[in-house]
Amino acid sequence: MLVRTGAAAGVLAGGAIVGRAIWDKGGFDVTQAQGARQVRDFRDPNVLKDKQFAELAIAKQPDGTATQEELVARALDGLGGMKRFIARHDVVVVKPNIGWDRMPVHAANTNPDVVAAVVRAAYDAGAKRVVVADGSCNDPNRCFQRSGIWSKAYAAGAEVVLPAEHRYRTMRLQGDVLDEWPVFTTLVDADKVINVPVAKHHNLAKFTAAMKNWYGVLGGRRNRLHQNIDTSIADLATFMRPSLTVIDATRVLVRNGPQGGNIDDTREMHTVIASVDQVAADAYACTLIGQHRDNLSYLKMANERGIGTMYWENLRVKEV
Amino acid sequence: MSEAEPIPWKTGKAGAVPSLDGGERVARAAGPAARTRFWSRFFKSTKLPGSGIPARTSIRVLKWVRRASQVFFFALFMYFLFQTAFRGSFAASADQAVRLPLPVEAYLLADPFVAAMTALSTHTVYRGLLWSIGLLALTLVFGRVFCGWICPFGTLHHFFGWLLPSRRGRGAARVEANKTHAYQRAKYYLLYAFLLAAIAGSAIGGMFDPICVAVRSIGLGVIPAAQYLTGRGASGIETHVPSRAIQSGADHTQDFLARTVWQAHQSYFHQTWLIVFLLVGVLFLNRFIPRFWCRVLCPLGAFLGVFSRFALFGMEKDHAKCTDCNLCLVHCQGADSPQGGVKWRQDECHMCLNCENACPEDVIKFRFLPNRVSAITKPDTDRRTGMAAAAAGAVLLPVARVADSLDVNYHAKVIRPPGAVEERQFLERCIRCAECMKVCPNNALHPAFFEAGIEGIWTPILIARIGYCEHSCVLCGQVCPTGAIQKITEKEKLGIDQPPIKIGTAFYDHGRCLPWSMQTPCIVCEEFCPTSPKAIWVEEVEAPVRDSKPGPNGEPPAMKQVKLQRPHVDPSLCIGCGACEKVCPVQDQPAVYITSVGESRSKTNVILLENTKYS
Repeated sequence: MLVRTGAAAGVLAGGAIVGRAIWDKGGFDVTQAQGARQVRDFRDPNVLKDKQFAELAIAKQPDGTATQEELVARALDGLGGMKRFIARHDVVVVKPNIGWDRMPVHAANTNPDVVAAVVRAAYDAGAKRVVVADGSCNDPNRCFQRSGIWSKAYAAGAEVVLPAEHRYRTMRLQGDVLDEWPVFTTLVDADKVINVPVAKHHNLAKFTAAMKNWYGVLGGRRNRLHQNIDTSIADLATFMRPSLTVIDATRVLVRNGPQGGNIDDTREMHTVIASVDQVAADAYACTLIGQHRDNLSYLKMANERGIGTMYWENLRVKEV
Repeated sequence: MSEAEPIPWKTGKAGAVPSLDGGERVARAAGPAARTRFWSRFFKSTKLPGSGIPARTSIRVLKWVRRASQVFFFALFMYFLFQTAFRGSFAASADQAVRLPLPVEAYLLADPFVAAMTALSTHTVYRGLLWSIGLLALTLVFGRVFCGWICPFGTLHHFFGWLLPSRRGRGAARVEANKTHAYQRAKYYLLYAFLLAAIAGSAIGGMFDPICVAVRSIGLGVIPAAQYLTGRGASGIETHVPSRAIQSGADHTQDFLARTVWQAHQSYFHQTWLIVFLLVGVLFLNRFIPRFWCRVLCPLGAFLGVFSRFALFGMEKDHAKCTDCNLCLVHCQGADSPQGGVKWRQDECHMCLNCENACPEDVIKFRFLPNRVSAITKPDTDRRTGMAAAAAGAVLLPVARVADSLDVNYHAKVIRPPGAVEERQFLERCIRCAECMKVCPNNALHPAFFEAGIEGIWTPILIARIGYCEHSCVLCGQVCPTGAIQKITEKEKLGIDQPPIKIGTAFYDHGRCLPWSMQTPCIVCEEFCPTSPKAIWVEEVEAPVRDSKPGPNGEPPAMKQVKLQRPHVDPSLCIGCGACEKVCPVQDQPAVYITSVGESRSKTNVILLENTKYS
């Protein structure tokens, strides 16, 4: 009798304690959203202080005699070489555009040779590990394989990471339109991040390259972003500040962007642009398809926010 | 006596104690050759009751060979199922065509029931299905060895029959359960019904084909469920365990599983609960009747049973020696009457050799060209019931077809995979094996529930809201074993120098579309439209929009003009891939959606006059 009463009391007391401990008062948990804004700034302040090197380097070979690798090397040398941006034993993330199930000739993704050249340059500068990753629009397996980036980056020694659900983590961007979003952690957990976008036409944003390339770090339902594409691009560029931007304009999609699909919509331009300022790089690159910075609101927003300058000619520019 | 002589009955040596039958047993134990004796050391027979005569060494070896074969073929089946997915490779160059490197549908190609069914319905044997002749030949020599040695679904039931016996599945109850029962005829009646349904024009028998059931239920149910559990577990670890090492371990485990077993994204399958429920149910029945599926339902087993009557290999029984110990029945898989006093049922036997292995009295012997005195080789079916079953199968087709789903009220959401043949031919071919759904990289293909009519249950339909048809992908046709989805090339699908393959057409719901009704920029649909030139084009307009806040002094809200791009579909260019529907930001019920109209495979389900080609 005593044992039974004791057991009953014990169960009751235990239940009460557990219930109190995990009691839910109702309402919505907002603690997650209330933390400080999270920013990923990979720029090296020493590099920015150093005035002897160019801030925007344009490697151009209109006759098409230079390979992609040579153009990348020339553009990087124009900025003083990759060694300025990469320290020994750095984990470097290279973020190309691998958005679409298209082949290199369609110029919807970054050219694989440009990506491989950047990977090699990072290793030559002493990087411990170079990771190549992107969050694709189409099936990632197809995008990575058919863009040619998987094989060429792998051959250059990079670790190629495909997006997977468990690699996303919610972060507080707290931009004007982007509050909390799942972020592809592989792209933001690094010592240095190099943005290697492709310059191309975009039907809604008119022209896109470096800043729009950060769409690839977001997970979730990114289709909502298009309702205010300019502000969301500016918000993303506020969140992601790369160590270096290398824009591939060797072949440029001039119509039917961002996906393309028709070789007739592309133009060979044999150009690679490297810059420490992602806004300036975009502002220069848009001229390649006959756009002007005044037409691109996201450039104006970025300029106003101080992410960079859209008046690229005010920087130290070097054509090589 | 200086040396203690070993006590004969404690040495464990067979033959140490002279037996009642005199020399024969000793001779057997000594073995015919030294080589056999070497093997018999590894395949010792357990101590048997009765006369305790161990089985022939060859049989004891073969029992283990059979077990190895079952494990091998089950593992291979699972490996093929895991590989029924395109995972890309660092080794492939950009212009390499995307195909699976392995013949992952091989088990279905070797399935003579599938071959016979589709041969009856289409009067042709599709490509790789010719391989099923091999399995038929094997059956004509050895009987139903497929069931006992190869079939992965049979192995699953063998395993669960061993794992799960209830109080009513042990001892005398198991002996009773393993005797031949009249209910075992059911599979023959099912077979006749399905074959007649096939003649009438429906490959619905695939619902019951064991390989189809295994691919469908494991591929669409068990694997995604395991993935879901793993994902939940790993995300629990990542949020609650503060150790970096454990978190990265969980990450790496998930990476590994995503690259070997499943995909990087969670798969979902429409109404797959029924498929899993039936699998669990049929596995659970092993608790009462071991290998219930194989004995009672399996039409492939029945098909092979019909042909096993000609087998050259079989059982001979010496009834006089039988002591009715029923050990053979305890271990019997097929419920084929191995015991003495009754005739062996060759058509029911899975050739697992357990009975001879268990027999302590030297009654049962498997050999080539056995005498047929104590064997029944033909299925013991009742002719009238068989004919009734066949008639029921034949009648199924008109009953299903007049239920308005196919001819008059064609369902708008029955969107078949690219390369699928015309609907009637499709139903003649589709065996519901779910290979296409498993391989689809975007999780776009799903088993239909009743959308395609009762006849179309578990046939593939595309649900664009879950996944769209990847533009340059032709994998569903590659794995289809029966040609319900033809093996099209990228050139045919994309329409290079020919019209592209269309699976439907997109439509806008202007009332829900952001630029059309809410004056908000969007056109994600246009961005994702994969055709070139794009089937979705935009019209630049200026439209009035009301301010959200009221004006000062209670004035009505101000109006302003906004520039918008409003999307339109060009039905002559739209291929119905559903990318627009998938990415439409109006989450619950999209503002752009596809229906099946305009599909290339149909000459009637069309909109535009110029697309009707009566060639």
